[in-house]
Amino acid sequence: MKKNFLFFVILFFLTKPAFALIEVDITRGNLDPLPIAISPLHVDLKSENVDGLNIKDFGINISEIIEKNFKGTGLFNPLKKDAFVQKPDIAHLKPRFEDWRLIKAQALVTGKLLVKDNKLKVEFRLWDLTAAKEMTALAFTTTPSNWRRVAHIISDKIYERLTGEQGYFDTRIIYVAESGPKNKRIKKLAIMDQDGANTKYLTLGNELVLTPRFNPTNQMVTYLSYFRNLPRVYLLDIETGTQEVVGNFPGMTFAPRFSPDGKKIIMSFAKDGNSDIYTMDLETRVVERITENSAIDTSPSFSPDGKFISFNSDRSGLQQIYVMRSDGSNIKRITFGNGIYGTPVWSPRGDLIAFTKMRKGKFYIGVMRTDGSGERLLTENFYQEAPSWSPNGRVLMFYRETKSGPQGKGFSAKLWSIDITGYNERKVSTETDASDPSWSSLLSK
Amino acid sequence: MIKSVFYSIVFHSVMILLTVLSLPFMLREPIDLPPIVSVELIQISDKTNIPYAPKVRKIIEETKKKEERVVSEQAPPAAKAKEKPDRIPLPDEKKIERDLVKKKQNPEEIEPQIRQSSEFEKKEIVDTNQIAALIDKAKEEEAAKEKSFNKITQSSVKNSFATGLTLSEEDALRAQIFGCWSVPLGLPYDDNLLVRIKLKLKKDGTILNSEILDHERMNRPGQKFYKILAESALRAVRLCQPLKVPPTGYEKWKEMQLNFDPTEMLRG
Repeated sequence: MKKNFLFFVILFFLTKPAFALIEVDITRGNLDPLPIAISPLHVDLKSENVDGLNIKDFGINISEIIEKNFKGTGLFNPLKKDAFVQKPDIAHLKPRFEDWRLIKAQALVTGKLLVKDNKLKVEFRLWDLTAAKEMTALAFTTTPSNWRRVAHIISDKIYERLTGEQGYFDTRIIYVAESGPKNKRIKKLAIMDQDGANTKYLTLGNELVLTPRFNPTNQMVTYLSYFRNLPRVYLLDIETGTQEVVGNFPGMTFAPRFSPDGKKIIMSFAKDGNSDIYTMDLETRVVERITENSAIDTSPSFSPDGKFISFNSDRSGLQQIYVMRSDGSNIKRITFGNGIYGTPVWSPRGDLIAFTKMRKGKFYIGVMRTDGSGERLLTENFYQEAPSWSPNGRVLMFYRETKSGPQGKGFSAKLWSIDITGYNERKVSTETDASDPSWSSLLSK
Repeated sequence: MIKSVFYSIVFHSVMILLTVLSLPFMLREPIDLPPIVSVELIQISDKTNIPYAPKVRKIIEETKKKEERVVSEQAPPAAKAKEKPDRIPLPDEKKIERDLVKKKQNPEEIEPQIRQSSEFEKKEIVDTNQIAALIDKAKEEEAAKEKSFNKITQSSVKNSFATGLTLSEEDALRAQIFGCWSVPLGLPYDDNLLVRIKLKLKKDGTILNSEILDHERMNRPGQKFYKILAESALRAVRLCQPLKVPPTGYEKWKEMQLNFDPTEMLRG
């Protein structure tokens, strides 16, 4: 009995510490961008020279592009290179973590490159400085003239590793390049890298062009141009430069967009003042009518799974956004707020629809859930529209027209981007005035 | 015979005593009361006006003397401080006593008076669900899941109450880690992303060992965001070294669990 008693007493003292673990809840942190050091890539001394390219500067140039990409996200704070403490080649082998921590960096990118046999070989490493370990490491081989793309691909890989989301740097933007006075505006199709480099003009500017959109493989573009003085939907192969009018419609067609599988084009077709939504299969050329209403239905956009279509219509009096099944059934109005809603675009993630809203003479770019709930207006201005999603569904690009010139005369149109949180609004650099941007999907998948 | 009866009585009474003292629900019960809300209130005054603390204790002791012993034992010191303004200005002593006894017998009546934050309303809803689950077997599993995956509330404060850090100590530690933690901004805000990190600490607050409690979740497919968050939490802890731990009571805090939950922040 005494033994038993002793046993329970011991048990009592032993069980008590089980409740003693202290828990502390951390529900807040700082929202400062993550400080990251991007060391210039080490250029191997054995590198050969290539005509027209300055191989020696590749290391610093690539790191600067990565830096610029990251700064543009608003999520990272690339540190100044003056403060860097280690040479690129040594840092790439094994960084002295404590030295890098001194300059308050939390992550470090190092790399090296070699040009040999007219091939560029680049490798990089991403280091977690607080944990003192490598987070990811990759190597690429390509032609030396592709060095900018390598920088973007590295940016994407690092972005993905640090945020959990796909990057959007190795992408291109197609837009309408504008020049000349407002009543005699010249509009050309232009394509550029996401960061504004490598601009190319795809049309000469003889005809007005509007609303270019990429197909899912980024090889084809559909857009609106004029054919025999009638607005028509065109198809352009970027590689070959061939253009064609889509379908043989007895009237004007506009607001084209590809289906997520790239096999169909969805667009509006207007006849006798009434416009409805149609699709055309690009292989079989079969045309299908999706909506049939006496109101103006336009701006169709597929959901990423291809099962639904969002569009705007004035069937209720004012222009509002509707969602229907891809066969045109089950039409539901999703916006009921004050004002006019237009240009719905389904996010590539499928969770949100971006739109333009007009109210009391102001234009807003906003996002809402696909059932119309949770409307968030991200930016307000006198004239802005045409949102286009980044491939990861985190950033929207749109264009904004403002007055320009010394006395506020004339006007200018520029591309802007904004995070879907409503922060980090940035002007996108373009060679000329620009409108109607369309963001490609990732070029390297 | 008498001897064994005697042994039996002694043994049983010891057992009952041990049960009362050591069973976890006995320990937790008074702390489970909503007055935890008042913890937040005290924290501020505690921090901003530390010399006031002994004064408060004096008043508490005075009121203790005046009131029934049972009441003062049951109510945690924090609750006392909260109720103090109610008690002192009231002239009618008898009325107060009656009120207090009433509160003690039926704790639910306290809630409407003390409830101040919507967080606790949420918690209450969850609790009723769990009661419902006791009756309805079908709901049981769901409620358990809800409990484990629930957004963390102040509930863990009670643990530190019972064992380790004082409020200001905990507050200092929390504020320190708030500063070190760069929340990854790209996380989806509607996911359940709670990262629990268990730390083993040295006396000076440096970290001997850190372990992510659900670390197997990190490498599961589709849990990319969890991994990112867990890594950011680990970075925060390492950046913050040495942690601001109290100078005494090492045994109590040498092991510690930090729960990182960004949902509140990401929702904005």
